[in-house]
Amino acid sequence: MVLKIYFPQCCNRADSGLMVGRWIAGHDSAVVLAVIHYPFIPGQVKRYIQQIQAQSGVELSVLGSWSLPKEGQEGMESFLRDLSTIFPQERWLQINREFGKTGFTCEVLTQDQNGGTTQLEAKKKKKVVEEGDGEAGGDGAEEGEEEKVIFVHYEQKKVMLSQLHPIENGVPDPKADPPSELRQMFRMVANSQPLFFLDKYDDGPLKTTHWQSEGREGSIIVELLKQASAPLCLLISWLLSIWTCFCNIRIFSLYPLRFLSTKLSTCIQLSYRTEHMRTLSSAKPAAGHTQFMRKANILVSLLVDVALGVLLMSWLYRDNHITMLANALVPAADHIAKELDELLQWLMGAPAGLKMNRALDQVLGRFFLYHIHLWISYIHLMSPFVEGILWYGGLSACLGLTFALSLLSDMVALLTFHIYCFYVYGARLYCLKIYGLSSLWRLFRGKKWNVLRQRVDSCSYDLDQLFIGTLLFTILLFLLPTTALYYLVFTLLRLVVVLFQGVLHLSVDFMNSFPLFAVGLRIFRSFRLAEGVKFRVLCEEPGTALHLMMEINPLKYGTVVQTYRTPTYSCYPKDSWTALVKKLFVGELIYPWRHKTTKTD
Amino acid sequence: MGDEAFTDINGKAISMDCHSHSGFCREFTVSSPKVSVGKVMVYTCCVWLLAYTVFFFTQNTAVLSSAILITLVGMMFHIHFVKVDHESLLVIGSLGIQVSSCYASGRETTTFIEMSKIKDIVINEAIYMHQIIYYLCVLLKDPAEPKAVSSVVPLFQSSKPRLNCLVKVYKSCQEILSKC
Repeated sequence: MVLKIYFPQCCNRADSGLMVGRWIAGHDSAVVLAVIHYPFIPGQVKRYIQQIQAQSGVELSVLGSWSLPKEGQEGMESFLRDLSTIFPQERWLQINREFGKTGFTCEVLTQDQNGGTTQLEAKKKKKVVEEGDGEAGGDGAEEGEEEKVIFVHYEQKKVMLSQLHPIENGVPDPKADPPSELRQMFRMVANSQPLFFLDKYDDGPLKTTHWQSEGREGSIIVELLKQASAPLCLLISWLLSIWTCFCNIRIFSLYPLRFLSTKLSTCIQLSYRTEHMRTLSSAKPAAGHTQFMRKANILVSLLVDVALGVLLMSWLYRDNHITMLANALVPAADHIAKELDELLQWLMGAPAGLKMNRALDQVLGRFFLYHIHLWISYIHLMSPFVEGILWYGGLSACLGLTFALSLLSDMVALLTFHIYCFYVYGARLYCLKIYGLSSLWRLFRGKKWNVLRQRVDSCSYDLDQLFIGTLLFTILLFLLPTTALYYLVFTLLRLVVVLFQGVLHLSVDFMNSFPLFAVGLRIFRSFRLAEGVKFRVLCEEPGTALHLMMEINPLKYGTVVQTYRTPTYSCYPKDSWTALVKKLFVGELIYPWRHKTTKTD
Repeated sequence: MGDEAFTDINGKAISMDCHSHSGFCREFTVSSPKVSVGKVMVYTCCVWLLAYTVFFFTQNTAVLSSAILITLVGMMFHIHFVKVDHESLLVIGSLGIQVSSCYASGRETTTFIEMSKIKDIVINEAIYMHQIIYYLCVLLKDPAEPKAVSSVVPLFQSSKPRLNCLVKVYKSCQEILSKC
């Protein structure tokens, strides 16, 4: 059986002392967490270990002794062996290193039932491919098989801070296998924070070496932010409570306003951001890695959003851009109305060489022309206020770029309301016609739709029923091209508007859900998000055990985005392409983008 | 272990290097055939001739600059994401198996599979277009059922060595795996 010892890199040059760490249950491995230097009092060491155990919840024990003799220090062999009697363990590791050599040698003392100790010396054997039972060179009482040792060097700071993915939360499933060796090792190092407080420069009774032994690390900015965050959270939660009270006023629960607020994307975005602020301003610190990442992602995306919004505002309010926009808006609307006018005139004539039914054509054309005329008058009525509306609307960008985009989408929806109306009229007319035609076609063939059984049954019609049915069928059939053409034109216009709105919504959704903090962490501190580990064989010297360097294998970018995406009211197409085309053909009204609402309305 | 004359399934020469770090730790590296300069030149000339023809008719210099850009970007993309320089397998007894591919631009992707998840390493047959080829793969255990195989991780996918090379690797791996 191979014995694995996880040895921190920071202790490679530590002075001789005792190794403190833990054996991993179920596997033949030991994790060394720190080295306590000579001189020490064994009673104090035991007390210290118990204190750390109580604080961190990780079972610590003394693993063995570490010796890196300086010049002049000799003859520690027997002293080190005697130590094993002071700290009784099942297995006692004695690791030696000499200056100038890179390899370690390890001796394992096993305490068997009788209380006697047997020593198995682990030395690197000759490099042969076939390994039989290795013979023991040298002295000592070797029994049975050789104990092979692997030293796995790890960087303590990185392992402590990193999180293995896929994340296993909290409660372990009793039926599942126990966590793998690597996971246990990572968890052990991460939970041993209290061990890393005292180091060899402190004035305490014990001097230890670990990753913070060159001095404790800290950052003033981080500490200041931590101090400032508590009152800030209180302030935000107070503001949120006021805002929630305001939103729950009775007047807003009236039907029209409620309906509007579910349709306007600005209101949806507002409620969404309120949820976010509520998550951020909760007083208790984040429990667990996932919570922390979610909070951090929300905070960073909020800040970036506001920054971009302020940038947009600074561009908008400079150099009279708003006046330019407002002055361009009314002529643009006029231009669109004129184009629609020309389009209708073209349809009322002989569009693309098709011969339309004169009367129906005139009726439909005049009906839509009148609507356009109404709309243009409305726009002209509003034109003095446009600049004011734009000016105040632009202020909403200070809440974030997503708000500005949602407002733009809503404004586009309002301005193209007439196109939406035309589409609905055209679609309804066409739908009615198609249903009528299909029903009369069934009559033609002597069949009927059975509503009770939801199927087509044969039916015997009277002669006058057949006569009138056939007449109506013919009329509807010959009027079909006209209606179909109007329907086609207005559906295309509607689809253009829907596409534009869809693009806006998708970008808002992207900005809401993209985990910027996680991606930033992956770029700058890639060891914190670990997919696994990778090993590198360190150059070995003959006669020593195998040394491996364990490095953290960072998570791939795609996995980072997928794992840490903030769930949103994602905007995605409701129907597949075939269903959409079918709906268009039959004349059903299409609402291609679906919002996944978090609350049921 | 020296380099004998190994070939991949298409007949191109590859080289295999086996390094034994310790009694229970071995590393196998299989190097793929390198990109041939002739092929690169043929592709580049085709793209540029096409661009020149288009330029001849349209007299638009943007076509030429875009052709140069496309060639450069395509080459960089190929050596960074597509062309594998060598693949290696590191077997460490009682710790696990590490599979890594090194691309022509120096980028390395590594995966480490722990020993507790590994059921066995086997040579498997597969139908690959019109041929039947052998490939080496790692069988992973299913956590729910200890006897079932949950997934298969194929090794040396880009270099695709032939059976003689695979048998050597297989024998060495089995020696180590059987010991722990």
